[in-house]
This record gives sequence, structure tokens and C-alpha cells, in this order.
Amino acid sequence: MIPSLEFKSVVDQNKKIHPHKFILWVAIGSIIMMFAGLTSAYIVKREQPGWTTYTTPLAFYYSTAVILISSLTIFLAGKSFTERRMIRYRKMLAATLILGLVFILLQWLGFRHLWATGTTFHGSGAGQFLYIIAGLHALHVFGGVIALFVLWLRARNTRIRSYNMVPVDVVSTYWHFVDLLWIYLFIFFLMVQ
Amino acid sequence: MMSTDLTIHGHGEAVVSHDTHGGEHEVHHHKETFITKYVFSQDHKMICKQFLITGMIWAILGGLMSVLFRLQLGYPDSTFPWLEDVLGKWAKGGKIQPEAYYALVTMHGTVLVFFVLTGGLSGTFANFLIPLQIGARDMASPFLNMLSYWFFWMASVVMITSLFIETGPASGGWTIYPPLSALGDANMGSKGGMDYWITAMALFVVSSLLGGLNYITTILNMRTKGMSMTRLPLTIWAIFFTATLGVLSFPVLLSGLILLLFDRHAGTSFYLSDIFIAATQKALPNEGGSPILFQHLFWFLGHPEVYIIILPAMGLVSEVMAINSRKPIFGYMAMIGSLFAITILAFLVWAHHMFVTGLNPFLGSVFVLLTLLIAVPSAIKVFNWLTTLWRGNIRLTPAMLFAIGFVSMFISGGLTGVFLGNSTLDIHLHDTYFIIAHFHIVMGVSAFMGMFCGVYHWFPKMYGRYLNNTMSYIHFWVTFAGAYLIFWPMHYEGLAGMPRRYVEYQGWASFNQFGDLNRFISTVAMVVFAVQLMFVFNFFYSIFKGRKVTTQNPWQANTLEWTTPIHPGHGNWPGEIPEVHRWAYDYGKDGKDFILQTEPLGADEQHH
Ligand code: HEM
Ligand SMILES: [Cu+2]
Repeated sequence: MIPSLEFKSVVDQNKKIHPHKFILWVAIGSIIMMFAGLTSAYIVKREQPGWTTYTTPLAFYYSTAVILISSLTIFLAGKSFTERRMIRYRKMLAATLILGLVFILLQWLGFRHLWATGTTFHGSGAGQFLYIIAGLHALHVFGGVIALFVLWLRARNTRIRSYNMVPVDVVSTYWHFVDLLWIYLFIFFLMVQ
Repeated sequence: MMSTDLTIHGHGEAVVSHDTHGGEHEVHHHKETFITKYVFSQDHKMICKQFLITGMIWAILGGLMSVLFRLQLGYPDSTFPWLEDVLGKWAKGGKIQPEAYYALVTMHGTVLVFFVLTGGLSGTFANFLIPLQIGARDMASPFLNMLSYWFFWMASVVMITSLFIETGPASGGWTIYPPLSALGDANMGSKGGMDYWITAMALFVVSSLLGGLNYITTILNMRTKGMSMTRLPLTIWAIFFTATLGVLSFPVLLSGLILLLFDRHAGTSFYLSDIFIAATQKALPNEGGSPILFQHLFWFLGHPEVYIIILPAMGLVSEVMAINSRKPIFGYMAMIGSLFAITILAFLVWAHHMFVTGLNPFLGSVFVLLTLLIAVPSAIKVFNWLTTLWRGNIRLTPAMLFAIGFVSMFISGGLTGVFLGNSTLDIHLHDTYFIIAHFHIVMGVSAFMGMFCGVYHWFPKMYGRYLNNTMSYIHFWVTFAGAYLIFWPMHYEGLAGMPRRYVEYQGWASFNQFGDLNRFISTVAMVVFAVQLMFVFNFFYSIFKGRKVTTQNPWQANTLEWTTPIHPGHGNWPGEIPEVHRWAYDYGKDGKDFILQTEPLGADEQHH
């Protein structure tokens, strides 16, 4: 890594919320706009001729359950961290990470099922939007998985002990966000066909 | 008292604390190599210079493209054998080929709008001014800030590469409307060049987002003691709204581009329906798509984008104008209010670019109303600038001239916006040279004026030297007069119905009357371009050879950047960050010419 200086003045700057957390919140706003753009496009397209639909594969229900559980595990990870129970913290991080990967796998299986039942890239209906929207969402989950992995690596390193809560908070907030985002998208897909 | 902590990353959580004040290089605890100082720098001042110089290179390239296509427009009957030597098959027989012409206008628009006036302008001044003017050591995340530049750099490399591929760069206009942009068979520029374009723009969006997140967060969270939001200079307010616009609208462009990419390569039909390609004599199977959908997604970014370009320029101009009138900016709160109004309205008017797409006329009239509403905050701003000048103690520095030039251009171009905002008039004016005139004056030239104003004013802070004054004045007057001479006559061509985006017009008898005018425009364009090269020379020459700055505050301004050493190190202030006691515009108050923001209030002074 490039050694760098980051200047933080302790007293003379009003910091109600850590800047890195704030950055995340703004980024979340930005990501929301991206999906808002896509779901608006979906709604507009739905009114037009040639709209096709699909039946929701079972895998998506499972994946929804999985990502919900993963929100619980990341919550427990944060709690363990504040209580300085580092072993449990590491376990919970790992659990979340694995659940995240399982989620992505289930989405993939859902896609495979759709493809096999005739919803391919041809056309411009609900299925094609689903591939793109859910695919982009899975990509965001994958970003979270990488962040979890970095946290986990850091937690394994026993030489440097960090009790800095900020990175944990940032990652868990992001994780809850991608969870909620999927819930929203899933309900959207079920309701608006 | 206050203390300053340095956290050194990459070495665990080592914390060095020091309370002493003193020498200029006090904060340089880490070893700087050439790489960390000039290349992968995390110092906002260096990142600013990287954006500025990359932006200048882009501006030269983009400007050169316009000279080439103006050559064709001004001299459609002549041949220029040297062009073939330079451009090869793109200028067969010394004449710019239609494909080359379209590629040139497309790249010119893309480069100037995104790479120069968005990346270059925001990147330069947000990076430079935010920490210096709010009193912070650096950005909230210097690392993301560095990434922001390097994504910009990668976007630049991809976009430049597309100029050299065999089928040429994208050529469907800077707005890359499908179906043309989705079908490689329909157009040379829709082959590989379009993929490069999409990739480059995706990287560009990432760069903008990383930058914008940082700008917003830094402004809201890292202000020094006493720097309340209403004491911020207007530059910072403008940059804040610019970043907000970008963070909320660029992702939508990305959405649109992703759908386009799938239409191009995966066989989806989001934008495609019922198409027959003449070149291959093929009917495409795509059905159910809507090209209008792309226009909605594009202009949902596209309109905010034009304000992303102009707001920073407005901020720079407001600041420079107050300083060089030796008067407080008139209507400080109204300036913030109108910036805010413009930001909100910018999200609500995008369909005024789509009046003739078969938009529901009722919807159209809603967009007419909202569009014309933008004239109100715009007019408030103009009024405030003029009243700031009114009976001021005006110093006509080069920066000030460009600030005044900005206001002039913004008025001229804003007025034609009111024409276009009426959908009934727009039916006639859409896609004519009137549009070209409108947006070059109100956006292109205005934003350049604002950017030059900023460069001339802050160059001494950036490099510790002055630009050469004679060249600066020549630069201003030729650019100012030249811009009017180039773009004003285009209104007449547009009113006469002359459409934009055609390689030649001899086929239309009705436009033959403009032959001389086009030649005139092209000639002036070349002169103005040459003068920009002189500016570039002045810029680089002055970095090394310019007159040295010897006082901390050469313009006698109030803001915090002028309380730093002439050559500030990383961390900006050698000792503590100063505390702020007043707003940025106490000029000519109580018989004093100017009062720094760090000056405590006198006994009989009221809080601001
Ligand atoms: C009073 C304020 C303004 C109004 C009412 C207005 C209105 C319009 C309208 C209706 C169009 C579409 C014309 C058409 O394509 O048929 C247009 C085009 C355009 N305007 Fe404005 N405008 C205003 C100010 C501005 C400002 C401040 C900027 C930039 C800083 C700007 C940049 C542009 C650009 C870039 C285009 C053309 C894009 C293209 O088709 O390539 N306008 N304007
Ligand atoms: Cu617009």
C-alpha cells in the first residue's frame, strides 16, 4: 500500500457522523438512483406492446430468505465487535460472507431456470429487465462480499488489533442496504408484471 | 487548545500528535517519492492540477476536432491534400469524409461536455477549493479522491484509443441515440467505437461519483470551526449543488448505457423495434423496444449535466466578481436559493429536449412550464451579478474580465433558452443551428469563461507565480469577441431552418445564402482556437517562468486559501487550521477595504 497521510483534526471540526459513513450514505443515494432509473424504465416499457412476462422461479424465494438471514448475521457481527468478542465476530463475518455467496448462487440458479423455461435475452419484457436489474443487484452484493472478506482478513491478523468501529459500521450498513434493495426489487417484480 | 492528529495508514493505527506550530513543511512527516507526490498523489492540490492539465489536453484535442469540421463547413468545395496525409482514409482526396465528419462532431461534443467541462472543470476547482476554502486538511477520503482522478484517466485512455481503431470512434452524436448507436451494421461508428464510448463513459461515471461523494461529504462534515454553511463562499455552495446533481443523475445514464450494451450484444430489444437496415438489406427480429425510452434515460442525466457544467462556473464568477468589485456579493442568500432552485428544477425539465418525439402534448406543456420557471432563478443570479458590479470599485484583472464575459454570455444564451422552452417554437427550431447557438453560448462559452476566470484568479495560489498579463488580455478579448462572432450568426441560420449535423448543405438552394457566413464563422473559429493555444503556452510558461508571488494574499481576498503559505504543503496550514469568524464577503466594510474571514468580530459588529 502507498503510505499516506490522512489528516484528522480532533477538536476543530464538527463531526457528528464519521465522514466515511457519510460517504456511504451519499453513495447509497446514488445507487438508489441507478435502480430507480431501471425500474422506471420497466414501468414505462410495461405499457407498450410486446411486453412479456415469466413465472418467478422458486430460487428467488430461497435467495430472499438467505439474504434476510445474512442481515441478522452481520448485525450479530457488529454486536460482537462492540462487545470485543472477536472470535464470534470473525465467525459471524464468515457466516455473512458465505450467505452472500449462497445468495448469488441462488440468483444464478433462478436465472438458469428462467432461461431453460424460455425467457432468454430475446425480447424486451419483464424477464429481460429482471436479468439486468437482478444481475446488477447481485454485482452490488458481490462488492459487499469482497468488503466482508477484507474485514475478515483484518480480523484474522492478530498482530494488529483494531477496535475501530467505523469500517465494521460501513460494511454492515452497506450490507443491510443491499438486503433491503433486494426486498424492494423482489416485491416490485412480483407486483408489477 | 486545538490539536492536530495525523493518522498514518498502512502502518496500523499509529497516531502522531503535535501541537507545535512553525515551519512550512511541518506536516510532511512521510517520505514523498516522485510517484506519491506527482502520480499517485493523495494531496487534493496535486489532484486538482492533474485534472486541470488532463482537461487542458482534452480541450486542445476537442477544439482541434472542431477546427477540422469547421474547415469542411466553411470550405465545402475545397480540398486540403494535407488532411489526407494526417487523417488517411478519413480525408480521402483531401476532403473530410461523411463518416469522419460525424465522428468528429460526436467526439467534439463528448469530449467538451464530459471530459473538459465536467471532469476538467469540477475536478479542478472542487479539488482545489473545497479543502482550502472550508478550512480542511484534505478531502474526507483522499484515497477515493485519488481513485476519482485515475478513473478519469482510464476513461480518457479508452476514449482516446477509440480514435485509432479501424472503424473509428462513435459517430452518432454526443447523445448516442439508438437505434443508430445500437446497430453496428447501420453505421461505422456504431461498431467498435461505440463499445469504447460506452466503456469510457462508464469509467467516467465512476470517476464523477467517487469525486462527488467526496465533495459532498467534505463540505458537510469537514468545515473548520466557525465555518457555518452560511459563511461559505459561493464557490463552495455551487460545487456542493453540482456534486449533488452528479451523484443523483449520472447513475441513471449508467442504467441507460447498460441497457444499450445489452441491445448491442446480447440480443435484447429495449430500444429496438421493427427495423430494416438498408446497408445489409436485413430486417431485424427485434420487437417491442422503444428508442424514446433511451432519450428519457439520457436526458434525465443530460439536462442536469448542463447545470453540472454551469454551476461551478457560476460559483467561481460570483467569488471573483465580489473580490474585484471590492463589494460584498449582492444577495448572498438569494444566490444560494437560486442555486438550490436550479438544482431542483434541473431534474424536472428533461423532456424539453424531446418536444418533437411524439411526446404527449399535455405532458409537453407541463415541461414548458417547468422549463420556463428556470428562467426565474437564472435571472435572479444575473441581477445579483450586475448589482454586485454596480458602483463597485472595479479592478479589471484578467479573471474579472472573464467573469464579466461569463455574465454577458449567460444572458445572451439564456434568452434563446426561453425561445426553445416554448414547445410550439421548438417544433421549428429543434435540431437547427439555433440549438447549436443556444447551447454553445449559454453553456460552452460561458463555462469556459467561468473556468478561465477561475484559472486566472487561482493560478497564483496553485503555482506561486502569475500568468503573463499581456497574453491574458489578448486571450480575453479575442475569445470574447470571437465567441460572439462565431455563434451569434448561427441563430439566423437556425431561424432559417438550417439543420444541424449535416456534412454539407449545397443540396439545399435555400441555404446557399449562408455560404459566405459559414466561411466567416470558420475563419473566426480558427483564430479563436489559435488564441487558446497562446493561453496554453502562457499557462505552462508561467508555471516555470512567471513572475513570482511574493505576498500571501495578492488579490486582497477574504477567503481561507489566502491564509495558507504561498506554497502550502500537504495539510495546507502549517500550524492549526484557522478559525472563522465571519462570512466571506466583508469588502469595503467600516472603511476597511477587506476583512479576512479569520478576523474576529469587532465590538460593535453584528454576527453574520
Ligand atoms: C433559461 C434557461 C434555459 C432554457 C429555457 C433552455 C431551454 C432549452 C431547450 C428547450 C432545449 C432543447 C432544444 C431542442 O433540442 O429543440 C435546449 C437545448 C440545450 N440547452 Fe438549454 N435552456 C436554458 C439554459 C441552458 C443552460 C444554462 C445550459 C447549459 C449550461 C443549456 C444547455 C443546453 C444544451 C447543451 C442543449 C442542447 C443539447 C443537444 O441537443 O445537443 N441550456 N435548451
Ligand atoms: Cu435541457
